[in-house]
Amino acid sequence: MSALLYLIPIAVLLGLLGLGAFLWALKTGQFDDLDGAASRILFDDDPPESKDS
Amino acid sequence: MLDPSVRPTRPDAEPPRFDFAPYVTGLPDGRAALTLAVDGLHCAACVWLIESVLAREKGIESARVNMTTRRLRLIWRPGDTEPQAAVRHVASLGYRLTPFDEAGADDAGAARQRVLLRAMAVAGFAAGNVMLLSVSVWAGHAQDMGPATRDLMHWISALIAVPAIAYAGRPFFRPALAALAARRVNMDVPISLAVLLAVGMSLVQTATSQPHAYFDSAIGLLFFLLIGRYLDARSRGRARHVAANLLALRARAVTLVDPDGATRVVAPADVRAGMTVLVAAGERIPVDGRVASGTSDLDTAPITGESVPRPARPGDTVLAGTVNLTGPLRVTVGSVGEDTVLAEILRLVETAEQGRARYVALADRVARLYAPAVHSLALVTFLGWWLVLDAGLQAALLNAIAVLIITCPCALALAVPAVQVAAAGRLLRGGVLIKSATALERLATVDTVVFDKTGTLTLGRPMLLRDGGWSDDDLAAAAAIAAASRHPLARALAAAAADARAAEGVEEVPGSGLRCGAVLLGSREWCGMDAAAESEEPELWLARPGTPPLRFAFRDTPRADAESVIGDLLRSGYRVELLSGDRPLAAGAMAGRLGIARWRGGCTPAGKAAHLAGLAAAGRRVCMVGDGLNDAPALGHALVSMSPADATDIAQNAADVVFQGDRLAPVAEALAVSRRSNRLVLQNLFLAFAYNSLTIPLAMIGLVTPLVAAVAMSASSIVVVGNALRIGRRKRQ
Repeated sequence: MSALLYLIPIAVLLGLLGLGAFLWALKTGQFDDLDGAASRILFDDDPPESKDS
Repeated sequence: MLDPSVRPTRPDAEPPRFDFAPYVTGLPDGRAALTLAVDGLHCAACVWLIESVLAREKGIESARVNMTTRRLRLIWRPGDTEPQAAVRHVASLGYRLTPFDEAGADDAGAARQRVLLRAMAVAGFAAGNVMLLSVSVWAGHAQDMGPATRDLMHWISALIAVPAIAYAGRPFFRPALAALAARRVNMDVPISLAVLLAVGMSLVQTATSQPHAYFDSAIGLLFFLLIGRYLDARSRGRARHVAANLLALRARAVTLVDPDGATRVVAPADVRAGMTVLVAAGERIPVDGRVASGTSDLDTAPITGESVPRPARPGDTVLAGTVNLTGPLRVTVGSVGEDTVLAEILRLVETAEQGRARYVALADRVARLYAPAVHSLALVTFLGWWLVLDAGLQAALLNAIAVLIITCPCALALAVPAVQVAAAGRLLRGGVLIKSATALERLATVDTVVFDKTGTLTLGRPMLLRDGGWSDDDLAAAAAIAAASRHPLARALAAAAADARAAEGVEEVPGSGLRCGAVLLGSREWCGMDAAAESEEPELWLARPGTPPLRFAFRDTPRADAESVIGDLLRSGYRVELLSGDRPLAAGAMAGRLGIARWRGGCTPAGKAAHLAGLAAAGRRVCMVGDGLNDAPALGHALVSMSPADATDIAQNAADVVFQGDRLAPVAEALAVSRRSNRLVLQNLFLAFAYNSLTIPLAMIGLVTPLVAAVAMSASSIVVVGNALRIGRRKRQ
């Protein structure tokens, strides 16, 4: 049973990690356009003149 | 993804001009940003097209289209480029862009949606982890887990659940407090009470080393309820975006001509009576007034519903909302803003809509009955165990809380939003946008469908009649000249000859016709005929030297599937009416052709609204389908209203449902889906009720352990959601 003492914190920590990742994604606007995001994978990656900075 | 027959986007003759300056925001790093509402966005390919066109544009740093809100966010470096250039490029593809004030009213809704999503994430995380620990405890009950380990599990559950509930429960606690402060009870009160009592009781149980704690029930309850709330907020959000984008369309700028002849672009609010306004060909006239100079043809269909353009010459009165088709006009402003005929129509719309605001959604009506019922059941349980069965305060309280938890409306909270989201998603794939949250519910009760004629039953575009006593060569000759004009009849003529090449040297005389050398194309008068003998149908004449003039007649044709849709509606038991502002003769002919027995022509906007009010007074539940300004008050008066996506923006604003494409089938589809979704909602409510009537007695006699509560809660929610998803299937019949 003593294994629980570190297994539970690990489980909770992993859960928190997932929660943190989700909240980060939400904050950076990745859930703002669920309809569009689904199709973006089909777009050409590089626009004619890449403007990525 | 969308209906293939959806109207292809076509460039505006001249994109409307806007004053972008008030909408541009400066970013901290010196760049400028602008948000624009995009009209005509159908699918992901449109997103790709707009974004790649703008990526070619020099100076544009970022252009990103949001498909959910149908808005484009532009970021550029001031000095390198101007938004006008970018907007022109996108407009030439056929999309209409309108500046959008992002700090507008829909921010509050979006923020609320984000709060709900965050709360849902936290509740989901906590529910998962607490459930993990609870399963161990339940397994421990059957095996050999000692009380010390069990209490440790309970304490860890408490450590996760209590902060999570404090955070994720706020969307329920706040409204509940507000309701209690106002001495009312809403759905949030029993929810908050159940969650807080369950947590409080569980803490006491844990501290006194009892075998059962309800942390998983409390947080699981919150998680399921937040899913329902979030879905609800999301479907409302979509409706809100559509409405806000439509509102932005009204912010068109006006070109003012100063006494010294200079022109400047101003906001509509800055125009005063007596000023002179320049209206380019293809622009909508912004004011009521009188033509000072210029001749043109006016499309008055938005106001009167009449399909044939009216010539406008100096001295003629023009109305705000009509579209200037062929030549530039200078208009002396007669009245502006609140005094225009347009504003009068808008007032009629508002009055009509106030009457409709009283509709109470089904979920709210259920909630009103629900809270008192649950609270009295819990009280009966508590008093029963405490006073009658002498069970002791703590045991009695535990059973009462079990009743609160088990009745808590997981299934009920999901019953309505789950169906509505699934139904709205299915309709969206068919090109139907639901603008109002309760539109589906109202649509389901409709028994009468009233159609407008021009632009609704018909396409609002004249088509050439084939049997006119002219040969294909005549048509080709006429079409070659017509190709140079923007007049709807000329366009229809050009479209009828598939490979017409535009002739060289065509001169357009606005209000009369076209001239190409000695060949004339235009009105009866223009071609030297007797003007008095006006015909019923719109017509164009072709006069060539040496031959008698030829007549090309046109008719505004019904949408391709109008007859079958009307037939279907009549067969399904709907009463169908036709209400038109057009001449009674034309309205009657159309009604006869489509098999509509009840029709009325020559209606004014107020007349239409009065007719709808009469129908409502007679107890009919009316769905009005219309596209023009003249329909807008009637749309507001109907129980529920629809308009095609190429309708005037005011009609779309007044409508609950907007459908895209050249077909009428979406109207029947929306009615059918709404009926089906209503059936599913009732089924779901029945399922939720059945679940409650099964589990409440169990809870009252004290048989509900945390395990039973968790199973019952999840099972009922899954059944309800699964039932709701059935509406998304059977897409293609």
